[in-house]
Amino acid sequence: MKAKLKPLINSMGVPRLIILSFFLVLCVSAIILGLPIDMLISDTLVRFGMNGILVIAMVPAILCGIGLNFGLPLGILCGIVGGLISIELNLTGFTAFLVSIIIAIPLSLIVGYLFGLLLNKVKGSEMMVSTYVGFSAVSLMCIGWLLLPFNSAELKWPIGTGLRTTISLTNRYDKILDSFLSFKVLGVTIPTGLILMFLLCALIMFLILRTKSGIMMKTAGSNPRFAKANGINIDKYRIIGTVLSTAFGAIGIIVYSQSYGFYQLYQAPMMMGFAAVAAILIGGASTNNAKISHVLIGTFLFQGLLTIGLPVANKIVVEGNLSEVIRIIISNGIILYALTKVGSDDK
Amino acid sequence: MINKLKKFIFNNSVTFVFLVLCILGIILSGQSANFILGELVTRISRNLFLVLALIIPVLAGMGLNFGIVIGAMAGQIGIIAVVNWGIGGLKGLIIAVLLSTPLSLIFGYLTGKLLNKTKGQEMISSMILGFFANGLYQLLFLFLAGTLIPIKNKTILLSSGVGIKNTIDLNGVIKYSLDNIVKIPLLYFITFILALVFLYTAIKFISSKKTNKSQTHIIISVLSIVGIIIIFVIPSLNDLLVSIYIPIVTFILIGLVCVFNTFLFKTKLGQDLRAIGQDLKVSNASGINVNKTRIIAIIISTILAGWGQIFFLQNIGTLNTCGSHEQVGMFAIAALLIGGASVSKATNGQAILGVILFHILFIVSPMAGKNLFNNPQIGEYFRVFVAYGVIGLSLGLHAWKKFASSKKAIK
Repeated sequence: MKAKLKPLINSMGVPRLIILSFFLVLCVSAIILGLPIDMLISDTLVRFGMNGILVIAMVPAILCGIGLNFGLPLGILCGIVGGLISIELNLTGFTAFLVSIIIAIPLSLIVGYLFGLLLNKVKGSEMMVSTYVGFSAVSLMCIGWLLLPFNSAELKWPIGTGLRTTISLTNRYDKILDSFLSFKVLGVTIPTGLILMFLLCALIMFLILRTKSGIMMKTAGSNPRFAKANGINIDKYRIIGTVLSTAFGAIGIIVYSQSYGFYQLYQAPMMMGFAAVAAILIGGASTNNAKISHVLIGTFLFQGLLTIGLPVANKIVVEGNLSEVIRIIISNGIILYALTKVGSDDK
Repeated sequence: MINKLKKFIFNNSVTFVFLVLCILGIILSGQSANFILGELVTRISRNLFLVLALIIPVLAGMGLNFGIVIGAMAGQIGIIAVVNWGIGGLKGLIIAVLLSTPLSLIFGYLTGKLLNKTKGQEMISSMILGFFANGLYQLLFLFLAGTLIPIKNKTILLSSGVGIKNTIDLNGVIKYSLDNIVKIPLLYFITFILALVFLYTAIKFISSKKTNKSQTHIIISVLSIVGIIIIFVIPSLNDLLVSIYIPIVTFILIGLVCVFNTFLFKTKLGQDLRAIGQDLKVSNASGINVNKTRIIAIIISTILAGWGQIFFLQNIGTLNTCGSHEQVGMFAIAALLIGGASVSKATNGQAILGVILFHILFIVSPMAGKNLFNNPQIGEYFRVFVAYGVIGLSLGLHAWKKFASSKKAIK
């Protein structure tokens, strides 16, 4: 029995087991504490769909060899600009949502391309450089939000200059995917549109990875010398991976914001890369291998942990914010674990 | 000659860009020299110690130690303990320092062990470790304080009795306890420094062989005498420098760290550190215990960071329990890089220059932003952007050079 158990534990990794068991403990505690299970499940599903596409964005980056894309804020900023323009054009409903995506995608293609060029020049230090490029871009856009020529009253502060910190989407496309074809079963509201969008994007990424370009990208990432020997232009595929990552980041933030109900400007996008990284690592990915299944498992575990963790923590410890602290510990802990694995691969 | 100049500027491009930005900023802000200089002296005395703590890991090949945040947290634990026990003044400061040292030692040891497992990605690992430790630190002070850990001084607890307050006022506890010991006007301090420079370069010049007389030594010694004369003779300069006071003891401590940084490399440990900084594999082959030496480098850095954070807080006077340590790593590293340091090379002089430039920009940005764009907020965002941008640029340039040189080596 033990002989069978050991390889299973090794393949899953100790931290993942810890997180999985922690999650199960939380679920059981929620039931014992008498918390409204149907609401918890609905919330988990919503957060699962909300964050999923941002995690999908990590897959092409990991596979093409640039490691964990801490520079996801670049894509997020493109998505936000797309969203702001659609509000400026005073669109509503599905049109607004689609127009945001249609504007954000070309923007993210350009930004992703430039970012990819940069990363090709700093091979070996991509993670560090992408983190700081992401931070600098967010800080630069803080200045941008103050200076860009938007005119809509919804976007700007009523007095003074600059865009608001959070821009509400009520009356436009707030929760438009969540409520699309949603239905209730046993008291649990299923946000069908949101889940469908997530699965659609996952399917698109899955298919992209199965095309000839996708396979060449995976080869370039996992074994650059072998790829070069076969005539694959590594630099080109690293750029393709970065562009895909940035584009999915842009789509991801639009889906996230419609579910959340707000576009968050200024400092908010800065740390979003880390949450997505932690989610995919929890799902079983490493710094050079990732699959769509990792995205699904990881997003579900990570968001489930947060969603169920908060009410349980609030019942046990009356002080607020314990859940936030636990989130910081878990997400950073798992990233650290993944980084130690990078080191051992070199040996 | 022109070529040498061009190469010099290119190699130190970050510093030059910053110099230009500072000059522009000073002009645009329209603030008085008195104000800027006064603020600058305060900020240098506050921040320089922390920046100096970064130097040793850089020379040991471990990159920029974002883990000084962890040392800062150890220092803060010391301060909270002192506030809890109600010990004030210089005595409280010394106890805080003594308390933080063993904590920094343990934290530094653990950090070093982790970094040994992530060779090649030390910087991002120390950064994430900083975030992780921040989570643990918040757990300690928001939830365990008052419950599992008894707190004597109830004024620092939140109203519910659990968790330390968000801001703790250090006024009357340890505020200025170090700074106020001795303060002398800037004029005399600069005179003293220039006199030292004059003596050093003059002695070097006189004692060197007749055929070996170095031109730079005589130039520098003459300039320093001229400098002393200038600051005494020109009345506006004289008035300016007399009115600004320097906390001498703090600066003496900073001087001691500089001496320590230089002196360490003359010892065997220092030579080992240099060796592993240059080539890990060769050092390992020559019998240096690479892992142990790396851990020692991080421990020293963490201990210095703990003390540096205590000195920082005794000047600011307010402890922000959740936030004081967060920006520590970012700003100290940006300052060091601005001074011209890179991921693999850093000197005391670069730390000093970097702190001066970085903080000048910090002081003048809000007013400059207000005068240029009619919005001081832009100035503030600009300086945050600059801090991140400088780190990103510096890392990028360094990685590019490393990558380019390895390609050349293969060719």
